[in-house]
Amino acid sequence: MKNKYLSVFSNGLIKENPVLRLVLGTCPTLAVTTAAINGIGMGVSATIVLVCSNLVISLLRNIIPDKVRIPAYITIIAGFVSVVQMLVKAFLPAIDKSLGIFLPLIVVNCIILARAEMFASKNAPVLSVLDGLGMGIGFTAVLTLMGAIRELLGAGTLFTLPITAEVIDPMVIFLLPPGGFFVFGMLVAASNAIAKKNGKKPVEHLGCANCPSRGVCGKFSPEEKEEAINE
Amino acid sequence: MNSTTTIASIILAGILTNNMVLSKFLGICPFLGVSKKSGTAFSMSIAVTFVMVVATAVTWPIYHYILYPDFTYLDTIVFILVIAAIVQLIEIFLKKFIKPIYNALGIYLPLITTNCAVLGITMLNITNELNFIKSIVNALAAGLGFMLAMLLFAGVRERMETADVPEFLKGLPITLVAAALVSLSFLGFAGIGG
Repeated sequence: MKNKYLSVFSNGLIKENPVLRLVLGTCPTLAVTTAAINGIGMGVSATIVLVCSNLVISLLRNIIPDKVRIPAYITIIAGFVSVVQMLVKAFLPAIDKSLGIFLPLIVVNCIILARAEMFASKNAPVLSVLDGLGMGIGFTAVLTLMGAIRELLGAGTLFTLPITAEVIDPMVIFLLPPGGFFVFGMLVAASNAIAKKNGKKPVEHLGCANCPSRGVCGKFSPEEKEEAINE
Repeated sequence: MNSTTTIASIILAGILTNNMVLSKFLGICPFLGVSKKSGTAFSMSIAVTFVMVVATAVTWPIYHYILYPDFTYLDTIVFILVIAAIVQLIEIFLKKFIKPIYNALGIYLPLITTNCAVLGITMLNITNELNFIKSIVNALAAGLGFMLAMLLFAGVRERMETADVPEFLKGLPITLVAAALVSLSFLGFAGIGG
């Protein structure tokens, strides 16, 4: 029994890492990772929301009618996001400033809705909390790693401590949007290479298979659906 | 951006210098997911633009006449519910009255509720303290910027289909590198219009 809990928890860390393996939550991943500390701030905020919403949705899973489940989930998630938003604003104003609009946008972070739909709505509260915690830590780890890479290359610092700043001229481009896309691409390539070595399928593309809304639109990708309509 | 921003500079910023996708990282999911063909990319951007303008037209008065000044902390929860309801209503309306548009755009609408671009723009309009007209213009310009990015990127991806890509970059990584290059080209617009 213990193993089951452990495997649910560790699932999100590596095997099904939400960012690198499921390719969810790309917007905050790209936007806030200009410094390692921002990655931690975003990751921890999202983890808190994820754990709380997974718990509540799991407890309510037999009460929420199937037809209105997505709006119900969004309402629950939005409630917790508002709480986290107020806490961050009150106690960590610097983090609030650097995360900006992406703090309230945790509401539409696909990872949270996807875990609600794929896990919490079908599993017991304890398992759902562990799943949320595992996924949240996996998310935080990738965000922090990416923030550290971009900060080191783009500013020559790590957690604002100077590392290479005085020796090498930092490449500011890594702090700008193109650097975000590029570093993320390289991280996905690296994670694909590792997955391939372990005999797993690499992530080919970001598609509807990973989209939490696919249940709403009939499990079709827009392309597939368009073909179905044209026929 | 503040209250002295002119309409022309909002349009310029929305489309080029502050492009929603390429410099603000809003709406990355459809940008990477629905940009394989330029036809679908175009329909998706039309749907997003339309919903953004309607959502702004509804959320702006709600914020300024109902939530302000006592309940502003409720903005996140109210906005996302309003957007979800609007998307639902638009879908029902189109299905019932304008069938051709529904057939063209209907499949994209459910995807838009959880699109961070829509919620992002409605909230940015509030934080940037734009008035009603400027908010609408901002939403429209951001939508056009989204469309420009989508169409350009769909073109790049169509060319990439036949390109000889190194094995380790195949799939998502090369798509992201291509996005980096498109985004790099948009950096060239920085500074236009102040």
